[in-house]
Amino acid sequence: MMATIRIDNQEIPFTPGQTIMDAALAAGVYIPHLCHYPGLTPNGNCRLCMVETGNHSVAACITPAVAGQEIRNNTPELNAARTAITQMLFVEGNHICPSCEKTGNCKLQAMAYHLGMLDDHFPQFYQRRELDASHPDILLDRSRCILCDLCVRASREVDNKNVFAIAGRGTNAHLIVNSPSGKLTDSAIAATDLAATVCPVGAVMIKEQGYQVPIGQRIYDCRTIRETGLQEHIDNKNDN
Amino acid sequence: MTIERKNKRKLKIATASLAGCFGCHMSFLDMDEHLAGLLEQVEFDRSPFTDIKRIGSCDIGLIEGGVCNAENVHVLREFRANCAVLVAVGACAINGGVPALRNYFDLKDCLEEAYLTGTGITNPQIPNDRELPLLLDKVYPISEVVPIDYFLPGCPPSAAAFLQLLEPLLTGQKPAISKSHLHYD
Repeated sequence: MMATIRIDNQEIPFTPGQTIMDAALAAGVYIPHLCHYPGLTPNGNCRLCMVETGNHSVAACITPAVAGQEIRNNTPELNAARTAITQMLFVEGNHICPSCEKTGNCKLQAMAYHLGMLDDHFPQFYQRRELDASHPDILLDRSRCILCDLCVRASREVDNKNVFAIAGRGTNAHLIVNSPSGKLTDSAIAATDLAATVCPVGAVMIKEQGYQVPIGQRIYDCRTIRETGLQEHIDNKNDN
Repeated sequence: MTIERKNKRKLKIATASLAGCFGCHMSFLDMDEHLAGLLEQVEFDRSPFTDIKRIGSCDIGLIEGGVCNAENVHVLREFRANCAVLVAVGACAINGGVPALRNYFDLKDCLEEAYLTGTGITNPQIPNDRELPLLLDKVYPISEVVPIDYFLPGCPPSAAAFLQLLEPLLTGQKPAISKSHLHYD
């Protein structure tokens, strides 16, 4: 018989090596997440997937499932903590949705909708961060970056290029480009790379297609992040 | 708006647009036929709809726009002092919105580029008439200036979202915006 964990009193089977997140998503149980994308190595940095097991909290995307584990996920307390994390991500960067072409397709925004976030609660940082428009096909606007590390992992694990990295610590952490000039145009990135399209927010965007789909008809105008989050998976051709 | 309010006094609503575009006020008017029912229960005090200049004691205040100058601060404080319930309406009131894009630059640089060094400027001078309210260093969310009771996101909030806010408020209930009406754009 297959080993199981229990999430919010629901029995969930898992295979050895699966994380709590892997097992949950496979069983159709949504655990909120932004920096996790099934198929890429989990990183555990956004902390939205925090769940409670026993008397401590763990990030579901990097915590192995263990037979008999009792896990609390969709609770008012955890969702309040997730809302606070989302609010902090909003105030830390430049997330002015009405002026952002990612609006409607943005996972940070969709997460805020999912959690019912009505305001930012915390004072805005209004940090000015460097914009890199050097590449003919790809824009890098660091002011919207939430440091999820997805482009870093996508470039290394799927594109085999190593274009991005996170440099600095704490509030000085920022996305850097691995090229002699530090500019995107001098890097190996291409518009067809996963690293160019995996960004959950409007930090790395393909140029000249921003308003092809009108506002009101975009991904999260029609579906919730819960629905899309249960279906996402990258087939990593390098995995064997 | 189906609740009968016969023999009850009408609730007073005041509205103001601070550093906004009046889009939220336009969206309020998009309630169309619901406005007729609403007007049986409420009357407008200070508002662009009435052109009343001084706010009196009100039940509900709706603020559109962020706080970008000294006059905005004055109006907002008057609203807070006179409104039992004060609501931040729209993206700009909630987080500064599009006007807050200037917050990533020094105010001095903004003024110089707009009035002195930008392209196509004739007779360059920074406006300094004493009638003009002084600009603040940044555009602030209204919740950073006065306490706010409720938030209605959207750019603008839809007419349906306005109804979701007002219907409970008119009966003394707490409003709850459904997730399907929750939009930041």
